[in-house]
Amino acid sequence: MSNPLGLLALPRLTPRVFHVWQRNRDVFVKTYRVNFLPPFLEPILYLLSLGFGVGSFIPEIAGVSYPEFIAPALISITIMNAGFFECTYASYVRMYYQKTYDAIIATPLTIDEVIVGEILWGATRALINTTIMLPVLFLFGVVDLPWAILVIPFAFVAGLLFASIGMCFTALTPGIDTLNLPTFLFITPMFLFSGTFFPLSLLPAPVQYLAVGLLPLTHVVTVIRSLTLGVPATMLPFSLLWLAVATVLLFLFSVNLMKRRLVV
Amino acid sequence: MTPVIEATGLTKRFGDFTAVDHVSFRVEPGEVFGFLGPNGAGKTTTMRMIQCVSPKTEGSLRVFGMEVEGREAEIKSQIGVVPQENNLDPDFTVYQNLLVYSRYFDLPRPEAEAVIEELLTFVELTEKRDTPIEKLSGGMKRRLILARALVNRPRLLILDEPTVGLDPQARHLIWERLREIRNRGNTIVLTTHYLEEAERLCDRLVIMDRGGILVEGPPRELVKQHAGTHVVEADDTPQVRACLDRLGARYEPMGEILQAYTDTPRDVTRALVGECQLGHVAARPATLEDVFLRLTGRKLRE
Repeated sequence: MSNPLGLLALPRLTPRVFHVWQRNRDVFVKTYRVNFLPPFLEPILYLLSLGFGVGSFIPEIAGVSYPEFIAPALISITIMNAGFFECTYASYVRMYYQKTYDAIIATPLTIDEVIVGEILWGATRALINTTIMLPVLFLFGVVDLPWAILVIPFAFVAGLLFASIGMCFTALTPGIDTLNLPTFLFITPMFLFSGTFFPLSLLPAPVQYLAVGLLPLTHVVTVIRSLTLGVPATMLPFSLLWLAVATVLLFLFSVNLMKRRLVV
Repeated sequence: MTPVIEATGLTKRFGDFTAVDHVSFRVEPGEVFGFLGPNGAGKTTTMRMIQCVSPKTEGSLRVFGMEVEGREAEIKSQIGVVPQENNLDPDFTVYQNLLVYSRYFDLPRPEAEAVIEELLTFVELTEKRDTPIEKLSGGMKRRLILARALVNRPRLLILDEPTVGLDPQARHLIWERLREIRNRGNTIVLTTHYLEEAERLCDRLVIMDRGGILVEGPPRELVKQHAGTHVVEADDTPQVRACLDRLGARYEPMGEILQAYTDTPRDVTRALVGECQLGHVAARPATLEDVFLRLTGRKLRE
């Protein structure tokens, strides 16, 4: 495992992966009242304050109204948060404090299956939150059907990416407090500088390259904005390719990093 | 018959540290087999290798006749595990804990429901079925973990410190249940610090220290072999030592007193009181604790 290629080893999986997913779903369903509220309320709050508040000073941005411009960003941020936080803090609590992983690997499940089940669940959270959000945004008249429907399946794929990123940090973090670092140094800048609330082209060129090269949210926003506006961005094919490669790599990294941490 | 567990030269290293050092043992079907030893002796590491969650470094380890490497899922489906630390799922109730766990073994729902009813009765938690985990007492949690370990009807039950921190009532209930499980023909492997527990439950046991096995055998025989039938205790003075030397008795200093291991406590006591004019002498039957302390020493282990 000490060779760098070990990070790309394929996980050994059986359909039992689904039982890990089921466990998390059951907990989610038990506490559904708290779980459904944030994805429902959050877009309303952001749309009202930023979209219609700040937006009233902005007659038009990149050819559309400001609320229409930020609506896909709000969905993208929700996907990022759902995947990332499910597989950082929530997974860390299950792994370290609740010893849930220890309990599960005493059954026929392997650690590979536990981690993949967790990541699939993180992606599912992204999908659920997006599905709740989309009708709200539609009622505000800021997303364009029918293309916007494709945002739902895409949310699962983008959720996989952010869940995998989260799981990598969970595998590497010494304790739960140090999970704040990727949150402040990675998630927050990404939230602000990924073409979310203003176009990337306003940034200095080197920062633009950084955002396109390194920030996954940039590409997720590009894809979702193309779908909610019904107009494909020039960068769309590149963004899809970037996301596909990053998702596969980070998914494999996360499983193998967790194995290094847990198989002793 | 194929042994349930067969370890030969089994070794586990963590970097430079050797936690388990070339141990060999066999556990036969239907027996209760104990691992005793001070903290850090390598008991839990050995258990984790048998449970297929920690890969061995060297040697051979066969469970149900299968070399563990590559057969993990198959072996684990026939093992039940009671871990040292309570790792019940705090997000669920008693019943849900068992149901969710049964799914990991691919138990069909109707079968799982029947098994769970049976197990709740077995561990006397039927009334608590809808109680959240945090509301359970320590003893109830332990019983629930035992029930959870039985949900797949395992051939081999592995318990790591099953009764740690329990009151005598709760402990006796667990012991009672373990005997029943054994009487049904299941094999049980357990680790414990409680020597009384080992003496009562185990058909055979090993005492481990510093990654190796010091002795192996039925508890009664180990006591007889390493401590004699009785222990005579007297104050540690030069006269007593001289007297015991003259009798040819085996003895060891234990703090302020000397302990002589003997099969003829009467003779030793009479000699000590009669010939050496001693005040304080006590004789008692030897226990596994005497063997344990003799073999592993009195020094505190961290």
